[in-house]
Amino acid sequence: MANGTIAEHAKSFYEEGTSKKTGLLGWFFSTDHKRIGIMYLAALSTFFIIGVILALFMRLELIAPGETLMDAQTYNTIFTLHGVIMIFLFIVPGIPAIFGNFFLPLMLGAKDVSFPRLNLLSFWIYIVGAILVVISLFVPGGPIDTGWTFYIPYSVRTGTNVSLAIFAAFVLGFSSILTGLNFITTVHRLKAPGMGFFKMPLFVWSTYATAWIQVLATPVIGITILLVIMERAFGIGIFDPSLGGDPILYQHLFWIYSHPAVYIMILPAMGIVSEIIPTFARRTIFGYNAIALSSLAIAFVGYLVWAHHMFTSGMSDTARIVFSFLTFIVALPSGVKVFNWVATMYKGSIDPQPPFLWVMAFIVLFSIGGLTGLVLGSLATDIHLHDTYFVVAHFHYVMFGGTGTIFFAGLYYWFPKMFGKLYHTKLANIGVALFFVAFNLLYFPKFIMGYQGMPRRYYDYLPEFADLQLVSTIGSWLMAIALIIVFGNLIRSLRTGRKATSNPWGGVTLEWHTTSPPPLENFETDIVVTHDPYDFSQLEDMKNE
Amino acid sequence: MSNNHEIVVPTETHGHVHRDDVGARMGMWLFLFTELLLFGGMFLIYGVYRFQYSEEFHFAAMELNTGIGTLNTIVLLTSSLTVALSISALQKKNKFLSVVFLSLTIVFALAFMVNKFFEWSAKFSHGIYPGSEDLINKSNGEVVFFGLYYVMTGIHGLHIVIGVILLSFILVFLIRDKITPDNFVKLENAGLYWHLVDLIWIFLFPLFYLIQ
Ligand code: HEM
Repeated sequence: MANGTIAEHAKSFYEEGTSKKTGLLGWFFSTDHKRIGIMYLAALSTFFIIGVILALFMRLELIAPGETLMDAQTYNTIFTLHGVIMIFLFIVPGIPAIFGNFFLPLMLGAKDVSFPRLNLLSFWIYIVGAILVVISLFVPGGPIDTGWTFYIPYSVRTGTNVSLAIFAAFVLGFSSILTGLNFITTVHRLKAPGMGFFKMPLFVWSTYATAWIQVLATPVIGITILLVIMERAFGIGIFDPSLGGDPILYQHLFWIYSHPAVYIMILPAMGIVSEIIPTFARRTIFGYNAIALSSLAIAFVGYLVWAHHMFTSGMSDTARIVFSFLTFIVALPSGVKVFNWVATMYKGSIDPQPPFLWVMAFIVLFSIGGLTGLVLGSLATDIHLHDTYFVVAHFHYVMFGGTGTIFFAGLYYWFPKMFGKLYHTKLANIGVALFFVAFNLLYFPKFIMGYQGMPRRYYDYLPEFADLQLVSTIGSWLMAIALIIVFGNLIRSLRTGRKATSNPWGGVTLEWHTTSPPPLENFETDIVVTHDPYDFSQLEDMKNE
Repeated sequence: MSNNHEIVVPTETHGHVHRDDVGARMGMWLFLFTELLLFGGMFLIYGVYRFQYSEEFHFAAMELNTGIGTLNTIVLLTSSLTVALSISALQKKNKFLSVVFLSLTIVFALAFMVNKFFEWSAKFSHGIYPGSEDLINKSNGEVVFFGLYYVMTGIHGLHIVIGVILLSFILVFLIRDKITPDNFVKLENAGLYWHLVDLIWIFLFPLFYLIQ
């Protein structure tokens, strides 16, 4: 794709920074998109692990009926914290912040993003938001206990530190907006010569679509959060029913953001899938245009379905039918993607390396999550399943089984490029397999329990659920082991792994045309794009580079 | 957006600074979209409650001081004019005039805030503020009206304050020749922001002061 040569002795971005500062400061003040990406990786992984540890305590509480470990109030704060951390600190910034930062400029053949200093600022804002969440745990009043949805009127009435915690969400939203704005401009302005919109890799397409949602949806949660804070501080009456406000209006505004946010979570993951499948099937992607445009279609339709979270909140039947119908439409562009991925693999010469196995796990888990989403999207069944464990299982299948799995897929795919090291393949395969088994053990019982009527957000349950809850808790332990293997393998490889070549998997998008890890300005020579993104005929030429 | 930068300009990074004015403007426009959506959320809420409590809104709106509102509208519209004039002056390479117009913009902005201060204090002294005894005793619709009034004009006022800070920095840049007739995208972007703040007021003014 590119005609450039790579000098063997080039300094990598680890050895050469953007400023004179060295050591940790050289990172914390670096405007290099690659360093920022890696800092996000460290921060997000930390919060992911904290979230998991909280969840393990929840599962331990649920191992048997009655109070085993914590009282109801503690359980309330823990599931809220788990939700807030996983959503606002891990999965929403997630893939764009880590891989978008690291790979968007590389895949476009650019030296950096459009606004490198703004990029660093968004990272700092993210850290400030994270610190605010942590502070809200320790100041008097106690940790927030409203659930991650902060529903009014409870969030106005409770004495816990709601204001500080949701202000943190506001700050994190700011970071998300600035990142989105930066990526949109980068895609428009910094494509290497020869790269048109329809020669961009699909990960770039999906990050681009995501960036638009970040920019257009996040302000709505911003203002909603501000209004809740002011409601608590001054009693302005906009949401408080005792003053004439309408709590349902809060739910509308909340979901006008938070549903598109679901697509902020999943679209970049779908982009990574579209990168990994062609590389390991050695075949150009099937239906490039369809996949690229379906990202935009999902971004658009995703904007119009928010009220399917509120089928039981009190809306007119017409509204409910319309929203239910629109919800089903989202399945179409998603289906387009899945079929194109499968078609890409058809007659390919598949090389089942770990990243590819993660993608396979994704396709199964995400399909289960997506299909159960349709069960929740249709009115009659949702009335029965609303606010049960069925919902908990559904969103873990899509968020954790979907985006979470692809977070690992991306990590295993790009690890050699980011760190210049190879990991242990067999251990990686064991990690995926155990993850897959543990995942289903952990969450599938929740579908059944939800169907039988187990409500979400309870620390206690009726004895008839005891067996399935026990299975689920055992699953959570297996999951912990799987995650230790998955992370441990990578951390170990950082020190002891073999050196990676510049193209260990035989990928052809631009990031594989430079050294592992790349130099400060990404490429030794200026890039000129001559091939389509998934044109594997260039692989022979690349060997000679 | 103009097309006179067809060549892809590399980013301003790593030592040597590259310029991409089109990119900078694009980034600003995107930011303005987010501002529009932020206020859009509030306008949506206003719409819902206007529909629900049309009578109470009618009574409550009569208590607002249309005189001060009109005055502030004129002040803000003029400030939008002066910031635009400041940009054209700089384009015509007249730095002095540009500095004068920009300073005038800041003065108008401060005048707006002073007016706002008197308007709000008058309301406070009549006991109309969120959570006050007098307000709680009024009907629900009126509580919501004044809640919205304080929130929306308050957040708008916050934007004015931010604008003043922003424009002051730009003024310093201009005086110190960091902004010049052939590199003034910062001034342009600050101007865009200022127009947006103005534009939002143009909607706030009739919604609260005029339609009674
Ligand atoms: C080892 C991994 C995990 C375990 C064991 C786990 C377990 C749980 C449990 C037991 C609940 C509470 C159910 C209830 O009582 O209603 C829960 C809620 C939740 N989880 Fe997880 N989870 C894990 C990972 C994740 C991940 C990766 C995400 C997101 C990316 C996530 C997002 C959420 C959310 C948003 C809630 C809802 C919180 C609320 O109700 O406000 N979880 N999880």
